[in-house]
Amino acid sequence: MNNSTTTISNLGARIGSEMRKYAPLMILIGLLIFFSIISPNFMTSRNIIIIIRQVSFAAISAVGVIFVMIAGGIDLSIGSQIVMTNIVLAIMLVDWNLPLGVAIPLTLLLGTVLGTINGLLSVVLNVHPLIITLGTASIYKGLGYIFAQSRNIMGFPDSFRWFGQGYIGPVPVPIVIMITIALIGSFILTRTYFGRFVFALGGNEEAARLAGVNINGMKVLLYAMCGFISGITSVLLLSRVFAGQTATGQGLEFDALTAALLGGVSFKGGEGTIFGLMTGILIIGVLNNAMQLASFPDFSQNVVKGAVLLVAVGFDVYQKSAKAKETVKKVAA
Amino acid sequence: MDTKIVLSLKNITKKYPGVLALDNVSLDFLEGEIHALLGENGAGKSTLIKAVAGAINLDGGIIHVGGQDYQHMTPHHSRSLGVEVIYQEFNLVPTMSAAENIFLGDRVSTNPLVDYGTMRSKAREIFDLFNVDINPNALVRELSPAQKQIVEIAKAVSKNVKILIMDEPSAPLSVSEVEHMFEIINQLKQKGVTVIYISHRLEEVFRISDRVSVMRDGQYVATKLTKDTDRKELIRLMVGRELKETYPPRSNLPGEIALEVKNLTGNGDQDISFSVRKGEILGISGLVGAGRTELAMLLYGAAPIESGEIWVDGERVRMRSPRDAIQQKIGLLTEDRKGQGLFLEMGVGWNISFPIVRRLSKYGVVDTKTEKDITGQYRQRIDIKTPSMEQRVINLSGGNQQKVVLAKALAAESEILIFDEPTRGIDVGAKQEIYHLMCELADNGNAILMISSDMQELLGMSDRIIVLCEGKLAGEVQNEQFSQDYILDLASGTH
Repeated sequence: MNNSTTTISNLGARIGSEMRKYAPLMILIGLLIFFSIISPNFMTSRNIIIIIRQVSFAAISAVGVIFVMIAGGIDLSIGSQIVMTNIVLAIMLVDWNLPLGVAIPLTLLLGTVLGTINGLLSVVLNVHPLIITLGTASIYKGLGYIFAQSRNIMGFPDSFRWFGQGYIGPVPVPIVIMITIALIGSFILTRTYFGRFVFALGGNEEAARLAGVNINGMKVLLYAMCGFISGITSVLLLSRVFAGQTATGQGLEFDALTAALLGGVSFKGGEGTIFGLMTGILIIGVLNNAMQLASFPDFSQNVVKGAVLLVAVGFDVYQKSAKAKETVKKVAA
Repeated sequence: MDTKIVLSLKNITKKYPGVLALDNVSLDFLEGEIHALLGENGAGKSTLIKAVAGAINLDGGIIHVGGQDYQHMTPHHSRSLGVEVIYQEFNLVPTMSAAENIFLGDRVSTNPLVDYGTMRSKAREIFDLFNVDINPNALVRELSPAQKQIVEIAKAVSKNVKILIMDEPSAPLSVSEVEHMFEIINQLKQKGVTVIYISHRLEEVFRISDRVSVMRDGQYVATKLTKDTDRKELIRLMVGRELKETYPPRSNLPGEIALEVKNLTGNGDQDISFSVRKGEILGISGLVGAGRTELAMLLYGAAPIESGEIWVDGERVRMRSPRDAIQQKIGLLTEDRKGQGLFLEMGVGWNISFPIVRRLSKYGVVDTKTEKDITGQYRQRIDIKTPSMEQRVINLSGGNQQKVVLAKALAAESEILIFDEPTRGIDVGAKQEIYHLMCELADNGNAILMISSDMQELLGMSDRIIVLCEGKLAGEVQNEQFSQDYILDLASGTH
């Protein structure tokens, strides 16, 4: 391979990877422009905050999921974890009258335990985490229903409102927490050795093992982290809804996964950024909001969301095969 | 012997990145002959089969078969001409029955539904022909390797095979099973089937073949009538590369014992004892499946040790995980670079620093400045050719990928380095560089274990060679006793 083709193909690869990085952002900007033209109520600061607050809950959980996904796993149980932890927190606050300072840490601990169970099962049974978390999702959700006993649990202390309904300055608390967690997540992923281990695990598990990474420990830790973060989401959601219902959290994993895939996280692991994830989640938020503004019926919103997920996955596969072709061409040159 | 040519290869050329896998190979095969194809690893035998089977696109040359010339063969076409290949990894569906596998993709009768009755009786017919007792209804996953082999042959026979290519068919079989396979092959021969038999067990070649062709480094070397040649000549043809590779001279004499292994058992290996000194290159020889890579994995803590001891620098150490090995400054360069050594989608620098990235971190945050210094240093020292340290490893040539693997081990400050097939699949120039680096490392006082199937390389590089055979230590050969024949004898268990 001579020098000039090297530079040209490098340039090509670079443009390709830049495109890949910014494609979700382009889509988001395109949607923003489109909807602000067709709907004058769309591009107001009030509406934008509504959009972000709406997705902030799924976004927080998605940060946990993206760690698992980059490491080559998946967690379908986060929505169901929230169903359960949400009810347990409600029971602790209302039935048992526990103070916030005790109930909230216990909720986070419970979330961590649920995640740890996912991790341990996937390591011990050595079954694809898709199946493991599908199973635990059913269990967690079922336990949530059992604990709730068909009640709508109400009567929380007013101080509990702050987490889901409060503001810090002009910004709603869930958004502040979302941004904080996203920044911490991004920092861990890009700047720490732990982050590199995560990428290594998804990129080539065997090579990671031979390089001395405790892969089983890492897996358990990542699922535990994912559970902990969904515990945070659960606290925020209960405070926002202000009633303990089994409906809370259901299907949240769908938005989180769609956002991750939209944002360039590969199903196979080994790649992904928090920036892409946040772009993905905003795309979902914008679509949701615009459809509500345009008073689409609820069910057609499901159709659009499903289509968006398929487009995201299709795009991922297309990128992969384009990349493969590009590599083959380069090798042939 | 009938002299009708059934398959003729003319100037077949195939390039892979950095390697000329087939270089103008021309070769004829006759009707009803058993034609052995010999060559070391990387000689181009497998590529040649794939060319005939239509599994790869050629960069040049013509395949003449069935009375016609083909520049581009497809798998479908090749099969319709009666070419069947039995690869080393069986091509069977484990969850289906033997009969179903044999007739997979074929309609055995005009019945629009699957006609299991006809299928079974036809399968039975073929098995009877071979004089074997396999239940056509048995699931393939429940069959022994030898029985699977026979199902593969039966599959080929059911498709009216004219040219049967067998890639290392004896590898998974026991001695008596090999005998039985030979009987079947001879039967096919009587029927006029041409059998192309690939093996590196010379005894088998002499037992079964009519003619034998030798390949080396992607080139055709010679074809001999088996009865007119001998073992010595074939070995010379296989390995005799006219000083194309030179092995750098070494200065230092071996020092203290760096690694000692006592009665090590596990991972399929049994009771293995040896030692290697600082500044020494210890070669590890053996046939495929002799347990060499398995030994490397044991030493590296990547496979559980059942019994035995490992001593590093005079102290007994525990190897429970690769982390223990890395702590003892043992580095492993795996045979399967892409599968076990590299993160292909990640950058060069990222890969090199990966094993030490934890050490390079303060409060968990990677010190990227020191990282750049270190990775840059190794890039320079072993001359990794890459446009940048961010370049993804997948885009590098095989030789440079191997250097990245080496840089990884060196960055981890390994003092005992295990090279598993260090030059497999890399071109001659890069091989030379790797040899020089290995010698330099040894001269600097590192202990090196080198596993290689390339006999010439092993003899040229090693100070001492241990030979494994079927998971056991078959012998140890000192430099002054180095001889290819002796080592091959030890490795094949005939000594």
